[in-house]
Amino acid sequence: MNARIGRLFWIAALGTLILVTMTAYWQIWAAPDLAAREDNARLVYRQLSVKRGLIYDAGGRTVLAANKRRVKNGITLYLRRYPFGPLFAQPVGYNTVGEGRTALELYYNDYLTSSNSDLATLFDKLGDKLQGQTVTGNDLVTSLSMPAQRAAARGLGALHGAVVALEPQTGRVLAMASSPGYNPNDVAGAIKRAAAPGSGSPLLNRATQGLYAPGSTFKVVTATAALESGRYTPDTIIDGKGTCITIQTVPLCNAGGESAGQVSLAEALTFSYNTVFAQIGEQVGKDRLYRTMQAYGFFQKPPADFPSDELSRSGMYSRGRFLSPSAPVDIARVAIGQERLLATPLQMATVAATIANGGMRMAPSLVDKAVSPSGKTVFESRPEQITRVMSSQTAADLTSMMRRVVEEGTGTAANVGNLSVAGKTGTAETGTAGLNNAWFIAFAPAERPRIAVAVVIERTPEFGGTIAAPIARDVIEAYLASGVAK
Amino acid sequence: MRSARYRELWNLLFVALVTAVGFLSVYTARQQEIDSTSLIYAGYFLALYAVAHIGLRAGLPDADPWLLPLAALLTAVGLIEIYRLNPTLARDQSIWIVVGLAGFLALILLVGDVRRLESYKYTLGALAVTLLLLTMVVGTEINGARLWIRLGGIQVQPGEFSKLLLVVFLAGYLREKQEVLSMSHRTILGIGFPAVRHLGPLLTMTGIALAVVAVMNDMGTALLLFGIFLAMLYVATGRSLYTVVGLALFAAGSWFVYETAGHVRERFSIWLNPWPDSRDTGYQLIQTIESIADGGLFGSGLGRSFQLLDNGSTIIPAAQTDGIYAVWANETGLAGAAGLLIVYLLFAYRGFKVATLADDSFSKLLAAGLTFAFSFQAFLIVGGVTRVVPLTGITLPFVSYGGSSIVSNFMLLGLLLMVSDRTRKAIR
Repeated sequence: MNARIGRLFWIAALGTLILVTMTAYWQIWAAPDLAAREDNARLVYRQLSVKRGLIYDAGGRTVLAANKRRVKNGITLYLRRYPFGPLFAQPVGYNTVGEGRTALELYYNDYLTSSNSDLATLFDKLGDKLQGQTVTGNDLVTSLSMPAQRAAARGLGALHGAVVALEPQTGRVLAMASSPGYNPNDVAGAIKRAAAPGSGSPLLNRATQGLYAPGSTFKVVTATAALESGRYTPDTIIDGKGTCITIQTVPLCNAGGESAGQVSLAEALTFSYNTVFAQIGEQVGKDRLYRTMQAYGFFQKPPADFPSDELSRSGMYSRGRFLSPSAPVDIARVAIGQERLLATPLQMATVAATIANGGMRMAPSLVDKAVSPSGKTVFESRPEQITRVMSSQTAADLTSMMRRVVEEGTGTAANVGNLSVAGKTGTAETGTAGLNNAWFIAFAPAERPRIAVAVVIERTPEFGGTIAAPIARDVIEAYLASGVAK
Repeated sequence: MRSARYRELWNLLFVALVTAVGFLSVYTARQQEIDSTSLIYAGYFLALYAVAHIGLRAGLPDADPWLLPLAALLTAVGLIEIYRLNPTLARDQSIWIVVGLAGFLALILLVGDVRRLESYKYTLGALAVTLLLLTMVVGTEINGARLWIRLGGIQVQPGEFSKLLLVVFLAGYLREKQEVLSMSHRTILGIGFPAVRHLGPLLTMTGIALAVVAVMNDMGTALLLFGIFLAMLYVATGRSLYTVVGLALFAAGSWFVYETAGHVRERFSIWLNPWPDSRDTGYQLIQTIESIADGGLFGSGLGRSFQLLDNGSTIIPAAQTDGIYAVWANETGLAGAAGLLIVYLLFAYRGFKVATLADDSFSKLLAAGLTFAFSFQAFLIVGGVTRVVPLTGITLPFVSYGGSSIVSNFMLLGLLLMVSDRTRKAIR
């Protein structure tokens, strides 16, 4: 009987070995995956127990995202509070327990929670731990300008649309607004309301994700390709061939039934002649136009410090799907910003900013720096040059051409007293008779640009020059008047 | 005085040190939330084991010197973690430890010679079945399982006591039938089969176990009782045929229950794949596993893991009972978890040693059965929370919160020590 009892002991030993092995499996092998699971309550609470860094506007003057401390049953939790409600909802985003996080709150989560591996931060974190205190995250100083953001939101008002403002020399995002918006202090409520029909997608960031036919604003891109080809100067005379021309058996006409005769390239842009730019498009050809588009950032997600899921590519779309650049297109209609071409407000702002910056495209950036709780700068963003889209001569030519648009062309509504604004209007039909997507892209002052803006208004009976241009003007004016601009 | 008791005293002093350190670290980690007077539990806990030790000096001077300290270590682990989760529950648990130790000392004093139990084997066996039947009839259902009987203000889990009674009954019964059960009545295909009428007990036991699953929805107790039966049958007869037939019968029966009873099927499907339904049916197992995983190699430290939600409830449902191993593994890591499992293995080693040293079949069967019951129960629940076997609601002996569990395991310990004392006295 003793031998059998001995065997029972070995069974017990085997059982112990199995249990130790399985425990080790969970604790070592499977642990990283389990820790990252969304149903893991300790992950959520651990993040909420971190005092997230604050998010500031440009220069660190005003807090855009603060913390609300709550102590219950010995557990201290920090919940996010956004003092300006909907005003900064699109660029800053939200951080919640149930609904996750978005925008800068998501992209810079590691900095905001001090989980970045920067040495200065680690040291601060260690100190906190030794003292049994809360881990405090790094503060973010963004590039967002309070006056520009306010002007953008005020301009959009109850309209559906978006505004993006960039600093041309650096790519810093000065304003990013999308309407209708939502209040990040009540995300759960906003999500519920967004599900209702006719809500107008308030959670969608139209500035980075909204895709609209760029219409005539795209003629600036076509003009860039034309000037860079060396076959055109602003004074090159082109025959507008009247009111309509026939492209691929379908007539293509000028807006408002206007007739174009022998006009210069500069005049064609000033008065936005479709018949001229369609011919230029065909002459320049798909390859060259696409190369210019590519250089401007079309066909790719913008290299911004923003969650990739919240950025859309501009380019050709068919039934909501992105088309490969190799797909055949009607290049004459692409050249006037139609066909199946769609662009985001951020992309069109980048076009304006690139011209304003003498032809060098900069990466858009929303955060200037991250500062550790002890005041050390742990991250500093540097202006990043992406590519030279055009020569500085071409940029200067385009600037004076766009200047004329505002002075005497379709964009006169953007005139600001003694300030020189350069811009281009766009009015794209939506498919519903009488409703357009109205665009305006601009930068100012033309001789030494400090701000570039793109404005789009959805489904409006008005035109780019009448509804979008005044908003762009207000944003420019508010920003330049604030004296923030260096 | 005998040297065994001095060895025990040293062992207990070591346990006392571990306990004090454990309580202090929980206290320092959570002093903002818990009251310093609750530290009294630690001192009180030590006093209890001093009493138990003195009791053994008087009653069982030659008994094994390792079993009591190992049990003390396990209760300390349990009390520390329960205290860490909820100091009020720790107060209740310490009362149960007093009751358990009183029962333990009373058992030693009243029974004296463990062999006297043999003559009551049928009474005790009948009592075991009665307790189970009673639970099936008047039991209260909690979380879908009918494990408890309400007795005045407290809830008793009769399954914990049935386990003990079954072991005592089987030790007596199998000693008596040992020879007939071991004999081959006829040989078929070279395998010797016993007479059909001797298969009666096997069939009865299978029936009882399956009834427990089907009626009480208590797969844990069913597995435990059936496992004890098979192990003791094997020790008594040495015939693995019984084990094979028994397992086959149980498997067939389980399959039948699985097909007919929805709750058993659900348990199994959660076990096989808990992940898709992480907020509902898979919640308990997933939270338990995530807690274990959070421990890593060395754990977060006692009182420093994340166990309580801001509404005061535990993340793991039933953390103080089913989930206590997960809490320990979270706070002490693989090092502590493996250590705890080794403590169980050491207990098994000393228990089986008591069985091998015993000089009569009844004592051998009794000690082996008790030790197996103890170890197998620990395996089932730790296996349950680590997804080795389906998760059931049985307790981790001496560690889990619960009066019935604590009291029955102290009685188990008492019986083992009584066997040990008699044999070692005889050897001396």
